Amino acid sequence: MNIQVDLTESNNVLEGFVRGEIDAHTAPVLREKLETYQSHQGLKAELDLSDVNYMDSTGLGVFVAFYKSVNANGGHVKLKGLSARLKRLFDITGLGDIMDIESVGKGGN
Amino acid sequence: MRPFDYVEMRVPAKSQYVGVARLTISGLASRIGFSFDDIEDLKIASSEAVTNAVQHAYAEGEEGEVVIGCALYEDKIEIMVADHGQSFNFEETKAKVGPYHDQEEGAFLREGGLGLYLIETLMDEVKVHHQEGVTIFMTKHVEGEQVEKDVETVSS
Repeated sequence: MNIQVDLTESNNVLEGFVRGEIDAHTAPVLREKLETYQSHQGLKAELDLSDVNYMDSTGLGVFVAFYKSVNANGGHVKLKGLSARLKRLFDITGLGDIMDIESVGKGGN
Repeated sequence: MRPFDYVEMRVPAKSQYVGVARLTISGLASRIGFSFDDIEDLKIASSEAVTNAVQHAYAEGEEGEVVIGCALYEDKIEIMVADHGQSFNFEETKAKVGPYHDQEEGAFLREGGLGLYLIETLMDEVKVHHQEGVTIFMTKHVEGEQVEKDVETVSS
């Protein structure tokens, strides 16, 4: 039940890797790290979630907040490497249509 | 003999126990024979319910406990999550919880937000009892057709 968040930024391009489980306990860690960058003007963020093996609404909340803030500052957020499970979570909440999401799993539920 | 096995957990209302409850329920669900996807749904739904209870206790400044009761049937699991730390008579409380109405539970829904929406989507049946704290009661059947239909409706 842990999370690992690695973020590197150069020339306003943010590359991120999130690993582990995102729930009520670990989401604050992720939120805090992302908040460092979310108000940069015109930030291009790409977050790789291929090693996220669990996520619930607390994780969705963090990504939505980050997405809103980056967008408001003229930037862009892309989430990539999502498993079919993770993609489904974004889809059933309607966020899949709004955010830039690239999944690896085909189909799924 | 009652037709189900009953397992009850009592954990401190702290976020680090959300994962513990989730993993325990995952183990119980696999005993009944839920599919991998259904178990993932159960993990999310139960985490959402326990997270709600934890955050409620936190907002009230209480050092409470969350009680999670699981009734394991041959073909379904019933999970009850109470944020007021009292053990419950599962059958008695189950009879008391009513259907979940968006209107009546408006305040609670706003508070719970996305979490409660996910519980409703991922489980076959959800009921809420709002007295001496909040009790969420949810059911999932093995190979629940209901869920697939719901998902299609929402994502289309």
